Amino acid sequence: MLDLFRYDAKKHTILAAGQVAPDADRCVQCGICVYNCPVGIDVRAHAWRGEPIIHEYCLTCGECVARCPRGALRFEKTDLFSKKK
Amino acid sequence: MKYVIIGAGVAGIAAIEAIRSVDHSGEITMIGDDPHGFYSRPGLAYYLSGELHDKTLYPRTAEQYRKMNFRYLKGRVKNIFREGRQLQLEEGQLISFDRLLIVVGAQAIPLDVKGSHLEGIFKLDHLEDAKRILKHARRGRRVIVIGGGITALELAEGLLARKMDVHYLLRGNRYWNSVLDEQESKIIEGRLQEEGVTLHYRAQALEILEKNKRVSGVRLADGKTLKCDLLVYAIGVRPRIDLAKQADLKTERGILVDEYLQTNDPNIFAAGDVAQTYDPSSGRFTLSSLWSQAREQGFAAGLNMAGRRAAYVKSTPFNVTRLAGLTTTVIGTVGSGCTDEDLVGIARGDSETWRLLPDIIAAQEGFDVNRMRLLIGEKRLLGAVVMGDQKLSYPLEKIISESIDISPIREKLLNSKLRISDVIAEFWKNLNLPKRI
Repeated sequence: MLDLFRYDAKKHTILAAGQVAPDADRCVQCGICVYNCPVGIDVRAHAWRGEPIIHEYCLTCGECVARCPRGALRFEKTDLFSKKK
Repeated sequence: MKYVIIGAGVAGIAAIEAIRSVDHSGEITMIGDDPHGFYSRPGLAYYLSGELHDKTLYPRTAEQYRKMNFRYLKGRVKNIFREGRQLQLEEGQLISFDRLLIVVGAQAIPLDVKGSHLEGIFKLDHLEDAKRILKHARRGRRVIVIGGGITALELAEGLLARKMDVHYLLRGNRYWNSVLDEQESKIIEGRLQEEGVTLHYRAQALEILEKNKRVSGVRLADGKTLKCDLLVYAIGVRPRIDLAKQADLKTERGILVDEYLQTNDPNIFAAGDVAQTYDPSSGRFTLSSLWSQAREQGFAAGLNMAGRRAAYVKSTPFNVTRLAGLTTTVIGTVGSGCTDEDLVGIARGDSETWRLLPDIIAAQEGFDVNRMRLLIGEKRLLGAVVMGDQKLSYPLEKIISESIDISPIREKLLNSKLRISDVIAEFWKNLNLPKRI
């Protein structure tokens, strides 16, 4: 249960200051991410290029991250809101 | 410059991208014999289990292909005439080339058992095979799964998801003994049984039984018979080297290529599952059936075809897969030294490097669903199997593939009182490499 809250808290942080980033080496282009994306982003194409999903419609809802059977997607912090050193 | 690519898998697509990155005007022709063109072959597992639609398996749109600027021909190549730099399709058409790339992949080794010609027996090579299997996968019917490695399990789990009564025959005492250790095999087997798969150990099918030209069961070596409505198998794959042999290219188990993916003919290259490439970690020429390596090889071959000298260095074999619902990462050399009786050749999603028995010490931790096994060398980690929690699989992949000196933590890793995951996490934290959150 505690883990669930932690996950939720993390998710909110990421919603504000994160993005989904792929690991191209792990991706096999199966398309589960595309199939489950609620807004129809071509996550797979980003994964092929190894580029983070910077897309105006991306909700960072985490569906693609959770569903990817190869662990090819992860949340990554952006330094957009972080204080510069 | 005329480039011709035989095969429409990921190595071929990567080769086109590489050629186009340096040559915008050369003429590229891709010839493929799969009626469905380029799709995600590893994705077939998730199509079988119903996690995605077959239409989702195609990574590229027609528009994207148009931008890549190449011609696609559906067909099968019958001959390569090296001297005239021409090839001939089965229908007779001649196509000339300046540089040729062979990326025809590997195919399932057929089941060598009496009765294997019967209806209702399937392999899983292509999308067409998956479609055929699903057509016959009726709820409540019994299916027998024969074979080993990842594909056999994908078949078992996919058909279980389709509510079939799944019986998995293992020739020996445990699952995938050439890569997994005993405890890892046990974890997978336990989970399969929990999900509802019936496992049969020391079960070798000697004959497939018939009823009205269809499979009706198998007779096992111990004399028992087991009824079934469907039989699927995955006993390994074999590189499709017939065409290369005919053209008198050097072959062993695959097409032999040097570090530039070049065959013994300087105008002909090979990559992906069909190629036998030099592996610096073992000093041998090995086969792999891994998507990421096929892509890397295809890309390097494309650059070399277009005139750039790009040496291909085989990366650390690495695969993430789901075994009995458990995410499992296999990195580097982890082999048990056992011979897998359920596999004849190499399996899909497999690398021969995994099988090599490293002369090193294994440290283990974790039980049931979270488990990590490290193969510890003198100065570096040689391999790892991470099951369940994957937080450390990315750090481990980097530590292994980049041969990072682990001397500062070696003692700690071997100290049974310390958790190896803590030791690795701490070590990773202090390394200046890109991290995950």
